[in-house]
Amino acid sequence: MGVNPEIAGRVYPPSPFYEVGREKIREFAEAIGSTDPAHTDPAAARALGHRDVIAPPTFAVIIAQRSEAQVINDPQAGIDFSRVVHGEERFTHHRPITGGDRLVATLHVDSVREAGGHAMVTTRVEIAEESGEPVSSVVSTLVVRGESK
Amino acid sequence: MSRPTFDEVAVGDQLPAVTYPLRRDNLVRYAGASGDFNPIHWNERFAVEVGLPNVIAHGMLTMATAVRLVTDWCGDPGAVVGYGARFTKPVVVPDDGTGATVEVSAVVAARDEQARTVRVDLTATSAGDKVLGRAQAVVRLP
Repeated sequence: MGVNPEIAGRVYPPSPFYEVGREKIREFAEAIGSTDPAHTDPAAARALGHRDVIAPPTFAVIIAQRSEAQVINDPQAGIDFSRVVHGEERFTHHRPITGGDRLVATLHVDSVREAGGHAMVTTRVEIAEESGEPVSSVVSTLVVRGESK
Repeated sequence: MSRPTFDEVAVGDQLPAVTYPLRRDNLVRYAGASGDFNPIHWNERFAVEVGLPNVIAHGMLTMATAVRLVTDWCGDPGAVVGYGARFTKPVVVPDDGTGATVEVSAVVAARDEQARTVRVDLTATSAGDKVLGRAQAVVRLP
C-alpha cells in the first residue's frame, strides 16, 4: 500500500511542551562538534545579545522529528517507515532556540506527490512559544521508496 | 574574535574551507543527542541487509557539520536565520579507525541590503561525492 494522498493539508494537534534545557543544548553542540561558547556559556551568549545559551541552527530537528512521528505512525497515512529516506530539510528561524524555552510544535502535511515510483511527503513543523509567538519553521521532505525499487 | 560585518562582506567571498572527520563514535553520539536511533547509522549488519555499502551518517549530522563552517565564520550561531539542504548521497562511515571525512567549502552568493543578510552557498563532499544539494544558509550580519 502506498502513501495516502488525502493526508495532504492535514494539521495534527499541537505537541506537549518541549522544554529546552541548557544541558541538552550542550549535548547536541558537542555531538555535532561545535565548540562555540554561545552553546554552553550563558555569559558568552548574552554578549551576543541572546537571553541565555542558544542552540545550533539544526537543533530544531529534535523537536521537528518528534512531531513528524505523528504522521509516520498514523495508520491512515500509509507510510512504511522501513522505506523512508530523508530527502530534504529546511529551517527558518525567527530567533534562535534558547535555553529555558517552552516550545509547542504543530505538524502540517504540506504535500504528497509521486516522483519516479517514490512518494515524496513534505511536512512543515511550526515551532512556537506558549504565547503563539513563532520561533522556527522546519520543512522536511521524506522519500518513501516504491515497492519495486 | 572579529566578526564580519554586513558592509565588509561581498558576493563572491570564499569562506575558509574545512575538512571535518566523521567516525562511528560521532554517529553514535549524534544518535543519542538527536534521538534518531535508526540502525542504518550504527549497525553495520543492518545497513548491509537493507542494501547500503556500510553504516551511513545521519543526513542531519552532515548538515549540522557543514554549517559549522558558517557559524565559525560569522561568530554567532544565532545569526543563521535560514538553512536548507537536500541529501544527495550518503556519507559512508566504515569502522576502520579513520571513518569518513566531509570537505566543506562555501561562498557568499547574495546580499540583501534591507534585511542585512547574506546567502552563503555550501558545498559538501565525501569520498568525491557531493553529499548535500542546494545547501544554502541565510546569515544576518551586524
